[in-house]
Amino acid sequence: MDLITPSIGLVFWTTLVFLILITILRAFAWKPILSALRAREDSIEEALKSAEHAKQEMAKLQADNQKLLQEARAERDKLLKDATEIANKIKEEAKTDASKQTEKMISDAKKAIEVEKNAALKEVTVKVAELSLNIAEKVLRKNLSNDKEQKALVDEYLKDIKLN
Amino acid sequence: MIKNNRNRFIPLVILFLFSLLFTEKLQASDEGEDFNATEMIMHHISDSHEFHILGEGESSVSVPLPIILYTKNGLDIFMSSKFHHGEETVTTDKGSYELIHDKIYYAGTYSEEEHTGEQPLDFSITKNVFTLILSSLLICLIFISTARAYKKRPGAPKGLQSFMEPLIIFVRDEIAIPNIGKNYYKFMPYLLTVFFFIWLSNLIGLVPFFPGSSNLSGNVSFTATLAVITLLVTTFSGNKAYWKHIFWMPGVPVPVKILLAPIELISVFAKPFALAVRLFANITAGHIVILSLIGLIFILGSVAASAVAVPLALFISVLELLVAFLQAFVFTLLSALFIGQAVAEPEHH
Repeated sequence: MDLITPSIGLVFWTTLVFLILITILRAFAWKPILSALRAREDSIEEALKSAEHAKQEMAKLQADNQKLLQEARAERDKLLKDATEIANKIKEEAKTDASKQTEKMISDAKKAIEVEKNAALKEVTVKVAELSLNIAEKVLRKNLSNDKEQKALVDEYLKDIKLN
Repeated sequence: MIKNNRNRFIPLVILFLFSLLFTEKLQASDEGEDFNATEMIMHHISDSHEFHILGEGESSVSVPLPIILYTKNGLDIFMSSKFHHGEETVTTDKGSYELIHDKIYYAGTYSEEEHTGEQPLDFSITKNVFTLILSSLLICLIFISTARAYKKRPGAPKGLQSFMEPLIIFVRDEIAIPNIGKNYYKFMPYLLTVFFFIWLSNLIGLVPFFPGSSNLSGNVSFTATLAVITLLVTTFSGNKAYWKHIFWMPGVPVPVKILLAPIELISVFAKPFALAVRLFANITAGHIVILSLIGLIFILGSVAASAVAVPLALFISVLELLVAFLQAFVFTLLSALFIGQAVAEPEHH
């Protein structure tokens, strides 16, 4: 029976000692330990997080690099293509220009030739007319010495006029 | 390999020689009176006003402890050695006292037939109170130095710190957080203190010589006090939902509500009662088993019995090391569980 009868002395001392113990430990042990543990866990968590972040950043950077490289390649290809195109165009243009020029020169030459030809023809005509007049004068001076012949000539001319 | 084995045997041999020594002593005293195992065991597991070391009766060696009495005439303080192991009556200017079966009575009031007498209020530093203070000082020493280590080195733990840290984290992550939930931090100092206090007290009780050997955590006064503290913590941290759950159970018809209220109220007190009895019974039982096994040698009165009794007692002692941890864990776990029930947010159906 003694075994299960609480004794006031031990109850008193247990209460007192336990309350003092919990007060002391709370202030000088548990709070510093728990906060230190928490701080350490937080810092580990943070370190892990930042490592993960750095990894992601790295991957992103790599992807960016790849993208940049690809863009650069595309740009280069485009530039090359454009350059070729331009060169071709210039060549083409040069060709057409040259042919046009030639054509123009040819046509100009033709025109000049025409003009010269016409001028020459005119001159020839004038010369022929002069010559004809001279010849006609001479012929007339010789043939119009008799009336009969004059009359025949007039008739002939008149016939020509009528026909006109 | 062989040398290693020999080294392992040395403690066993010493143990055997020790048991021989005790048997010798037993046989010497056995001639006078019969060995009473129950008396021996009860003496060892109950509280005492002096710290008995060895020997018996008038010739025994023990550490005297202060006696503090609150008598009819006020406080009376003297050393327990004045009783001469209960052989003499102590008379001071406040009164005279007798020590009978480790209890203090006013001289001449104890009657042998009724086993009672008039007692002053006894606030003595008994064997258990001594252990209580020793255990508290040890805990303070251990954990304040651990806390200092954290201040000094905020990085990875080292030495004592690295031994204590998993235990503290164990209490936090396996006991407090799963049972109490997000408000656990407020109760951590209580749970940690209870856990280490009970564990260390259990362990000190298992040390078979002077500063140890008391049965503090197997004393019902100790366990009941801690259980009442758990009850108080639970009661004062209980929220509205907790009290409603006890006095007016939601979700059941009114007659059932009326029926449940007294049952729930009883459970409030049954919980700490179970806590107190569990710890008390487990630790006391452990002490009784070990003492019984050692007592076997004396009952049989033969050294040969120690060949069986000592290894068995050793085995039980090792088992008790586990029980010491387990009971501290169970007490803390259940305290956390009760607190958790009291602070739990009401479920939304």
